[in-house]
Amino acid sequence: MLRRDMMLGAAALAAIFASPATAQDTVKIGLIVPMTGQQASTGKQIDAAVKLYQQQHGTTVAGKKVEVILKDDGAVPDNTKRIAQELIVNDKVNFIAGFGVTPAALAAAPLATQAKVPLIVMAAGTSIITERSPYIARTSFTLAQSSVIIADWALKNNIKKAVTMVSDYAPGADAEKFFSDRIKAGGGEIVSAIRVPLANPDFAPFLQRAADAKPDALFIFVPSGQGGTFVRQFTERGLDKAGIKLIGPGDVTDDDLLPGMGDAVIGTVTAHMYSASHPSKMNKDYVTAFEKAYNFRPNFMSVGGYDGMHLIYEALKKTNGDTDGDKLIAAMKGMKWESPRGPISIDPDTRDIVQNIYIRKVEKVNGQLYNQEFATFEAVKDPGKTAK
Amino acid sequence: MLTILFDGIAYGMLLFVVSCGLAVTLGLMNFVNLAHGAFAMAGGYITVILVNRLGLPFLASLPLAFAFTAIIGAVFERTLYVHVYTKSHLEQVLFTIGLVFMSVAAVDYVMGSQQQFVSIPSYLQGQINFFGVGIGRYRLLIILVCGLLTVALQFALASTRFGARLRAAVDDARVARGLGINVNAVFAITFAVGSGLAGLGGALGAEILGLDPHFPLKFLIYFLIVVTVGGTSSITGPFIASLVLGIGDVAGKYYVPQFGSFVIYTIMIVVLIWRPQGLFSRAVAK
Repeated sequence: MLRRDMMLGAAALAAIFASPATAQDTVKIGLIVPMTGQQASTGKQIDAAVKLYQQQHGTTVAGKKVEVILKDDGAVPDNTKRIAQELIVNDKVNFIAGFGVTPAALAAAPLATQAKVPLIVMAAGTSIITERSPYIARTSFTLAQSSVIIADWALKNNIKKAVTMVSDYAPGADAEKFFSDRIKAGGGEIVSAIRVPLANPDFAPFLQRAADAKPDALFIFVPSGQGGTFVRQFTERGLDKAGIKLIGPGDVTDDDLLPGMGDAVIGTVTAHMYSASHPSKMNKDYVTAFEKAYNFRPNFMSVGGYDGMHLIYEALKKTNGDTDGDKLIAAMKGMKWESPRGPISIDPDTRDIVQNIYIRKVEKVNGQLYNQEFATFEAVKDPGKTAK
Repeated sequence: MLTILFDGIAYGMLLFVVSCGLAVTLGLMNFVNLAHGAFAMAGGYITVILVNRLGLPFLASLPLAFAFTAIIGAVFERTLYVHVYTKSHLEQVLFTIGLVFMSVAAVDYVMGSQQQFVSIPSYLQGQINFFGVGIGRYRLLIILVCGLLTVALQFALASTRFGARLRAAVDDARVARGLGINVNAVFAITFAVGSGLAGLGGALGAEILGLDPHFPLKFLIYFLIVVTVGGTSSITGPFIASLVLGIGDVAGKYYVPQFGSFVIYTIMIVVLIWRPQGLFSRAVAK
């Protein structure tokens, strides 16, 4: 009996020495992003941006050391949930962040509610995500934001007949719905709504169908990796010469892939919240620092990660280092700041992002392809929520 | 309508070039090589490096893609595959699928996970209008190259001495050895050519199918369907099967887009119920 007590005492002592007071002085962020698999570029961009933010702003906030724990979920929701649970229970993280795809964010949402741990969405773009838990805030974008804005732009520019072509999964359905509703409400017409299987090797038959419908414009949403293949087949088939405009949310002309897409992509008009060529001083500094550190161009996923870190840092400053979930989320609501993409804020009602949406056209600048912004729609809230 | 048919043929031809190497190893050498797509991917990446980084003309890089992939194939065959020829099919499957995962990770590490695009010369871009039918120039090139290859392969297997040796080596390796045929060399050459063809297919297909590190996994299903439907005992079987599947896939996606992605599987199921050995196969399996 005595011996057992002694062992327990020794164990307790060991525990005290093993975890010195630093536990109180460290804020841990569990960063869950896909670093492998088809969405790996998302993870790579966010991880790079998060590291860049910490290099520039230090690792200490409100007297606490901020530690980022990077985990790879391969964009598989089951993994996301398991990793989030491990991070919350074992590593006692104060934030979970990242989430490359919508299903991953949805899988982790209930955990955020149960553990009262703020969840920062840095990438996934379906509207419903922030409604799944009162502890979710988003620093990326929603597809509804860019789809509605490009529809407004199209209507203004005399595009009345459109064909939509989207990948057959949740964000694709979102993009299609918001674009079509807006076009119809504005007196336009959707001649044909085409859904393309997500793992689709060849766009030929779908493009032929779109061409035969003879629309003014083709609205396209495919995951960013497929954008290049799509645009090349679009021009190969001569749809550009047939006078069909190619429009869509900015995922198609992702900055990460744009340099390799070839001249076929020039002239594509997209609506999005970030372009690496955004003409602000802050963005120029950001792009220069990013390219210098990692040797590739930052894309819209990277600013999601960068601003996500900013939101966490600022919330901690506001609470004076208090890591209580409720206080942190309260601090985040309504926060406004200047991001490389322009002025942004967190909507106090929905915890979703409010930001400028830019209309851009792909052009060649100094021998490189860029999305050149030429029109701005200011402070756009997520139409997926204001519609209700 | 005719444009759809044309696109279907081009797509089918592409499927054929990539998967005929698999038909050869699986049908003739009786070896299950799931890593076949990895060789196709290698061909695609070799073309990307040659054309985009070294500035070689696209057409000149195609034979090089074939040659390099064939060399890679030969090296792998001599060092790795030779040990599993006599093992059971399960072991072959496990070994080759392992190779696939290794190739995916290796390419991801070296080239990055993003999509790669080959710079196609301008004379291969766009469409020719031929009596009202829009014909993509690049797709026309695919049909020409693949058509020539099919004829050459059929000739090589059926009418040359090497073809006869290969068939003999497959039917009974021991007797073939007894007759003085160097079975190992025959297998090695066949494997290298099969890999080279896959590489050529990958090089041609990068423009249409897209090219990223997950290429071997994404298209494994398609290769297997072609070989299953076509049967593995000849070149004509997979050839006809590729055309049927290519046209069926493209036409299905055009006319019934809601079910487009299922058409190819439906064709496979129907054919297999009707002829379990594949369209063109000897009635009795070995």
